[in-house]
Amino acid sequence: MRRFLPLLVLVICLTGSGALAPVFAVQPDEMLEDPALESRARGLSAHIRCLVCQNQSIDDSNAELAADLRILVRERLVAGDSDQQILDYLVDRYGPFVLLEPPTTESTYLLWYGPGALLVVGGLALAVFAWRRRRPEVTQPLTAEEHARVKALLDGAADEGKET
Amino acid sequence: MRRLFFLLPLLGALFLIGWLGYPILAGHNPQVLPSALLDKPVPAFDLPSLEEGDGSVTSTELATGAPVLLNVFASWCAPCRAEIPLMRRLVDDGAITVYGLAYKDEPKATRDFLKTLGNPYKRIAVDRNGRVGIDLGVYGVPETYVIDGQGRIRYRHVGELTRSVVEEQLIPLMREIAG
Repeated sequence: MRRFLPLLVLVICLTGSGALAPVFAVQPDEMLEDPALESRARGLSAHIRCLVCQNQSIDDSNAELAADLRILVRERLVAGDSDQQILDYLVDRYGPFVLLEPPTTESTYLLWYGPGALLVVGGLALAVFAWRRRRPEVTQPLTAEEHARVKALLDGAADEGKET
Repeated sequence: MRRLFFLLPLLGALFLIGWLGYPILAGHNPQVLPSALLDKPVPAFDLPSLEEGDGSVTSTELATGAPVLLNVFASWCAPCRAEIPLMRRLVDDGAITVYGLAYKDEPKATRDFLKTLGNPYKRIAVDRNGRVGIDLGVYGVPETYVIDGQGRIRYRHVGELTRSVVEEQLIPLMREIAG
């Protein structure tokens, strides 16, 4: 029983977290009356990093700063800001790290294009390798002399086998 | 030569391990972020002073011609409590001037907090709703900003101030700024 206890705990944790999966941190009193604006707010919040927890969006996080930022996003939406203006507003204050999806800038080229470049380079290497292997080997038939040598060797081996 | 070609992936892997592993071994903490406002002026604010009848504290006041520190703190924050004695000592020695930003805190709680621990701050701005904190890019109190004589942010330290942080980073930087 003892041996299975960790497994049991794991199963309970996994199923438990699964059952609770779509839980959001957004409080009812934070929500906007206008469903269109609210859905924009939710969409934006999902792309904004909570800098306290760092791998959660402000939509998921219960940190107080996340709540403040959710409210701020909604205030700016009501004030008529575009989505991009709101993201820029946050980037100005917290830096590009506040965006969960890193923007394509010089410093993130490697991040965005690196895997694709690796795939192309790897694919090319693989293609070259495969092409080389598939190239038909230039085989020449054995000359009469070589035939004789092979026969002699094989016969010799057979004889040795008999002796031992 | 051709045989060595097969070492290429190994070299690649070693390079990646080195490149990704170095910051970890060098003790780089990825949770600590540099301020997005480096070399930019302190965002404009005009907040009430903690002391009653003391008017308001403004961002322009921080441009004193000499480097100062702006410490973002709150009475509910334990590391803030821990760094007050160090700041008091440094202020008493005349090594630093510190302005305070009481972040999302009840003024009464802040006052009680400073009554118990002593007050190292020249003046304290009360940021009740944390909006100035957001303008500064505050994400974890305590945070300490080095402000130069023209009121620009030159450095941000996130987390508790320790002797080594002050002596090895903040004070040398302030000396350098003061020239």
